Amino acid sequence: MELIKLSSLLVIALLADCASALYFHIAEGERKCFIEEIPDDTTVIVNYKVELYDPKSGGFMQTTPGIGMHVEVRDPNDRILLSRVYSLEGMISFTSSTPGEHVICMYSNSTSWFSGSQLRVHLDIQVGEHAVDYANVAPKEKLTELQLRIRQLLDQVHQITKEQAYQRQREERFRQTSESTNQRVLWWSLLQTGVLVIIGYWQMRHLKSFFEAKKLV
Amino acid sequence: MFTAPLLFTILITIINGVLSKSVELTFELPDSAEECFYQTMDKDTAASLEYQVISGGQYDVSVKIEAPNRQIIYQQEKMQYDSHQFTALASGDYKVCFSNEFSTFSHKLVYMELNVGPEQPLPGVGDHATVLTQLETSAEEIHSALNRIIDHQTHHRLREAQGRKRAEDLNEKVFWWSMGETLAIVCVAFTQVMILKNFFSDKPTLYNRL
Repeated sequence: MELIKLSSLLVIALLADCASALYFHIAEGERKCFIEEIPDDTTVIVNYKVELYDPKSGGFMQTTPGIGMHVEVRDPNDRILLSRVYSLEGMISFTSSTPGEHVICMYSNSTSWFSGSQLRVHLDIQVGEHAVDYANVAPKEKLTELQLRIRQLLDQVHQITKEQAYQRQREERFRQTSESTNQRVLWWSLLQTGVLVIIGYWQMRHLKSFFEAKKLV
Repeated sequence: MFTAPLLFTILITIINGVLSKSVELTFELPDSAEECFYQTMDKDTAASLEYQVISGGQYDVSVKIEAPNRQIIYQQEKMQYDSHQFTALASGDYKVCFSNEFSTFSHKLVYMELNVGPEQPLPGVGDHATVLTQLETSAEEIHSALNRIIDHQTHHRLREAQGRKRAEDLNEKVFWWSMGETLAIVCVAFTQVMILKNFFSDKPTLYNRL
């Protein structure tokens, strides 16, 4: 009984936690996407809460049955990492396996009963070492304060190292793109000059034979 | 048995929610559209907004921050990147709007970061009645230095993404434009020959009127 009371307190606390996050409005069925460019092996935690606008009271209702949030996460190669319908409130977590731009899209899969109304979506996206909840790590692994602080520093340094490695990959891609542009400009110019010369030669020969046939030359 | 750690976790979770929030989002702003984000803030909280346009058009966006009493705290037209610190004078919902209404056909990719409140300290730190030891002080300094490094990295990442997208765009454009031009040359050449032959043909045509 005690435990249930305390657990419900915790749930309320978590709700309050999300309620102070950033929020925005979307229409029903409208798709909103967010892009996260992250290195590989990085955890991303998305906390969201959806409320439905109630035209009667002019405010936002807390819970509405029948509405779910379809969340889709795509990796840089456009493969779907996660595609599920979640309830009105939830926490989604995924770890990237390839570095690059991951797209997190969400839209409501509501029925047409509530069509046209606005939804208020509270959203909180935490990436990498921001996603680690040190409040839970300390009691679980029995770390002292200093150990926890060192642990946080280590996590931060790991994140920085991963980002640096990924940065190097990106710059190489940038360089490859620039070199490809350079090559393309060179070859296309040569090709166009060649085409011009051939076409000119063909034109003259064709017209000469045409005029000879017409006995004008 | 469970009560103490559970209560502790609840307390930390609540404090977690109240003390600070830092959200960074990269989103796409369609042409002639406006996207607004709202954040509930308490009075006298220090907040900062940072944004940068990563790709699209002239790499500019119009930004506006509105207080709960509809007063405009910050407004800029067609900025490429900026950072603005402000203190919340009243409690309520603050609105941050990004507008692309001046652009008719280029959708923009915008990065924004909204920091509310001071950074949340680790659980347990700051409860001391005594002065911090040298080790703890050094650890704090390293932590703030690392935060600065992560900040710089984010800026570097955004700049690099901007340059890379521009280069990739250019690469595509060079390819399609060159292909189009080659085809145009070939078409014009054939048309020239056809029309010239038409001038001298025996059949009565537009130009002959025999």
